[in-house]
Amino acid sequence: MTAVTHVLPYLVAVWIFLIGCYGLATSRNLIHAVGCLSVCQAATYVLLLAVGYRDGATAPVFSDVEPGSRPVVDPVVQALALTDVVVGATVTALLLALVVQVAKRHGTVDPDELSELRG
Amino acid sequence: MDDLLPLLVALPLLGAAVLVAGGRLVPRLVAESVACAVSAGTAALALVLLLNCSPPMVEWAGGWVPVNGRSVGIVLVGDGPGLGMAALASLLTLAALAYSWRYFDEPPRGHAGSFPALVLLFQAGMCGFALAGDLFNAFVWFELMSVVAYALTGHRVEEARAVQGALTFAVVNSLGAYCLLMGIALLYARTGELAMTQIGRGLDRAAGPDGPDVLVLAAFVLVLTGLLVKAAAVPFHFWLPDAHAVAPTPVCMVLSGVMVELGAYGVWRVYGTVFAGPGGIPAADFERALTVLGALTAAVGAILCWYQRHLKRLLAYSTVAHMGLFLLGIGVLKPEADDGIALYLLGHAGVKAALFACAGILLDRYGSVDEHALRGRARELRGVAVLFTLGALGLAGLPPFGTALGKSITEEAVGGPLTVLYVLATAVTAGAVLRVAARVFLGLGPPPENGDAYETTGSGERPETRHRLGRIPDSMKAVPAVLLAGVLAVGVGPGFADVVAHAVNEAGSGGVLVASVHWTPAGILLGLASTALAVGLAAVAVTRPKLLAPAWALPLRRLQSGHVGDYVAWLLVGAAVLGALALPGVLGS
Repeated sequence: MTAVTHVLPYLVAVWIFLIGCYGLATSRNLIHAVGCLSVCQAATYVLLLAVGYRDGATAPVFSDVEPGSRPVVDPVVQALALTDVVVGATVTALLLALVVQVAKRHGTVDPDELSELRG
Repeated sequence: MDDLLPLLVALPLLGAAVLVAGGRLVPRLVAESVACAVSAGTAALALVLLLNCSPPMVEWAGGWVPVNGRSVGIVLVGDGPGLGMAALASLLTLAALAYSWRYFDEPPRGHAGSFPALVLLFQAGMCGFALAGDLFNAFVWFELMSVVAYALTGHRVEEARAVQGALTFAVVNSLGAYCLLMGIALLYARTGELAMTQIGRGLDRAAGPDGPDVLVLAAFVLVLTGLLVKAAAVPFHFWLPDAHAVAPTPVCMVLSGVMVELGAYGVWRVYGTVFAGPGGIPAADFERALTVLGALTAAVGAILCWYQRHLKRLLAYSTVAHMGLFLLGIGVLKPEADDGIALYLLGHAGVKAALFACAGILLDRYGSVDEHALRGRARELRGVAVLFTLGALGLAGLPPFGTALGKSITEEAVGGPLTVLYVLATAVTAGAVLRVAARVFLGLGPPPENGDAYETTGSGERPETRHRLGRIPDSMKAVPAVLLAGVLAVGVGPGFADVVAHAVNEAGSGGVLVASVHWTPAGILLGLASTALAVGLAAVAVTRPKLLAPAWALPLRRLQSGHVGDYVAWLLVGAAVLGALALPGVLGS
């Protein structure tokens, strides 16, 4: 493994996060914006899994691997990522429900046309 | 005693579950009584634990205690500040539930339990965040309280403004939470630990002779971005006025009174336990970052507060200004300032919740929170007028309110030009509230001209009660009165300030025990000065409306565009600024 492949997952995580933020900032559709927020969250999954990766290691399941016989990847970050997925699902569901209400009350899902709150 | 710590989180969670499951079977009265009982019980438990929190309690949930000093279990830390915030959150939740008692919006048939259940979930999230001793669970509680707050903000889904404000709130805060999580992942990558104290030690061990490196800086910036979004520091603050202007009043009381403050508490906690060591961020850089952002927040919040005519939005900007003052106090890293901020925060929570409660009474009585539309209409509400004015004076820091005690201790600790900023920011925000009081309750001054179109007026809001209130129910008046009495007790209660100071310093990063905190002549004078200034500003604003409304603030107001994309861009700008402010410590070492 070279230095490039070690750094690559981290760069990918940064890239995903920034591209999601770019999408959020320029979004013309709130459903698209909620999707972009999920993209930002995907960056956290990539980062967490990259942190736990070890060269030549296998999944941390000891049913067919003798404990200590070969390296396993860090199970803690996988648990964290799983919790993160649950959190993300909740947030996305709630946000989409709010977008539905925005569409009903404002008659649009374009954030440029929402002008009730400002100043 | 330690074993009781998880109950602070478990009780409201259980209560919420019971209400969701049984809420459709029972009448509204039962559901709300259960919610009040659960939140009161949690508050009582928090207070009992608070009285016994020396030395601090540590509870590893499920008995997963560290082995050889390492553990990735869930740890709850019950020290003075943590339990204090949990108690404050519980008490304010109780106040909000009492305020909404039977008069708040009629729930749809068969859903009597949904609003109280959400409020209890909110309480559980806040208590959990206050007590979390490990960073990942702090993130989980942070998200729980955020998600419930989004739902509560958008609770009146048939309101166009409410759903828009909730959506903005949700997008910006979730993005902040993801920044927080990325920072936590980086810290875990460096140290292999999740508990805050262990991460702090791990950073010190891992740091070479050169001190912190870029990874620590990145983690610091990401974690602080998440917490500062919650704390509504400029330029992360844009979500707050939009959310607070549209949330139901009882929810506003909790949001402004304690949830936003939990962000500042998080900054204090995380810096003190994780980044304060030699392997973390040098104190000078933390001070620089928080002083710049805090001063900016106080100034922007105060200026924008002055320009509002939407009453709830005005109070929201006042919260932004006060958050700036709290961050300034935390940023100087002095034990005396920590004591002052703790007292100030307690006082501010009571005052702000009471003011929101009064604004809610106006909304439910007249169907408007617009300063111009309400002019002179509330003359009949004498009791509410007195409470509102007392709240405004408390906001200005009039001795002997608890806000004044906390403010004066902090002012003396920060010293110099920052003291002037404290006086000015509180005077301007309190002046704006007093101006509203004079116009709305007394009808003083000429009718103000309608300004430009670029503002949120606050007229045409729907009352939160089923009908417009003819008579103000006693519970709605009693809640602000009790809250203000509590603020007064913080200021004059003998020995109370010393107890708070002892609890804060025992847990604080300084570890230095300050002998005593008390009123000083200089502090009383400063409090009187800011009150006099506030009254003067309000008097001028009412009699000569044009004099104190210069046009140069319009560009600042235009930044608050209501567009969620803009707010996300500002969040990135803020993170970059934070990184730039903390950079010298990494470069210089």
